[in-house]
Amino acid sequence: MRALDEEAVIPSEVEGSALTTVKRYADPYLTGVALGLVLLASFVIAGRGLGASGAFATAAATMVRGVAPEVASRNGFLAVHLDAGGLFRDWLVVEIIGVVIGGWCSAALAGRLAVRVERGPHAAVPPRLWAAGAGGAIMGAGAVLARGCTSGQALTGGALLSVGAWLFIGAAFGAAYVVAYLTRGSWT
Amino acid sequence: MIAPLPLAVADGSSLSLAGALGIGIAFGWCLERAGLGSAPKLMGQFTLRDMTVLKVMFSAIVTAMLGLFWLSWLGVVDLARVAVPPTFIGPQLVGGAVFGAGMALAGLCPGTSCVAAATGRLDGLIVVVCFFAGVLGTGLAIPLMAGFYESGSRGAVALPAALGVAQGTVTFVVVAGALAAFAVAGRIERAMAARVGRVRP
Repeated sequence: MRALDEEAVIPSEVEGSALTTVKRYADPYLTGVALGLVLLASFVIAGRGLGASGAFATAAATMVRGVAPEVASRNGFLAVHLDAGGLFRDWLVVEIIGVVIGGWCSAALAGRLAVRVERGPHAAVPPRLWAAGAGGAIMGAGAVLARGCTSGQALTGGALLSVGAWLFIGAAFGAAYVVAYLTRGSWT
Repeated sequence: MIAPLPLAVADGSSLSLAGALGIGIAFGWCLERAGLGSAPKLMGQFTLRDMTVLKVMFSAIVTAMLGLFWLSWLGVVDLARVAVPPTFIGPQLVGGAVFGAGMALAGLCPGTSCVAAATGRLDGLIVVVCFFAGVLGTGLAIPLMAGFYESGSRGAVALPAALGVAQGTVTFVVVAGALAAFAVAGRIERAMAARVGRVRP
């Protein structure tokens, strides 16, 4: 990986510059339809949708089982996320490893791999990293309570017209707009 | 009519995991292509400057929903064998709000943070690590709030059954809602670009 300037990864600004190998992002509607076909393929082949937080839940449950088996088996959340076949025979864990591989390959072919901290135009690196950490941990709490995240609830449950998934979409987008407004200085 | 799909492959078998890996690769590829591995791009949705999240997400939901609807109507897919996430009203409203607040701080969601970390973004890596810590910590604390966690359980209920209307009607409303949202999103992007004083493609 090579280090790029923050600006260099904004596609519209790299055209005609020295960094012509960095491709602009694809059309959102086209990519959305492609993502929908991937989700449909998952329904049709595996009988289940996409997910992300479930893989983290299985990793957490496996970790707790390794340290204190009775704590994991008696916990209503952790127990359901234990995979009998072990961590790397869990469908969502393998799927999320695929996400990492697919994301890396796509970025590599588009010249978008670079070590950097992405942030708003007026934000410094340390506050950005603190917000990333706090936001990540809070998101973890929310995903446990809601039994899923943007992948397993919003995308998958949304397409299956699940009642809880549409409640999740409304609550998550609503709260995100409020918090984004309160912290708008860090992104604009 | 016989509905042969989804394939009856045993959970945890090598064939099933090969499918999981392939689907994951395609999923990660789509997220990266759309630019959703980038926190500033994703946050454009919530500062109203770049509605990529809405466009990608709702085109994906509509595509998969219509595909499944038609495949089931043709008798190719047995909908009863597709796992619908169960509904828990209170936990999903509260959990959704907590999740959304965290997402706006992190600038990424769990899936996109994996793509961000994989493509060299250190902010994404921190989101991944702290998201895991949040899942682990909250997971361990679930016995302390088991009453709330299990409350409002409605099972795997879908909107048509809950509202007492035909599936085709709900499907049509979701498609119409998505098309309306796309039109509004385009207007908001143009209005914000004019206000901020820089024109985006």
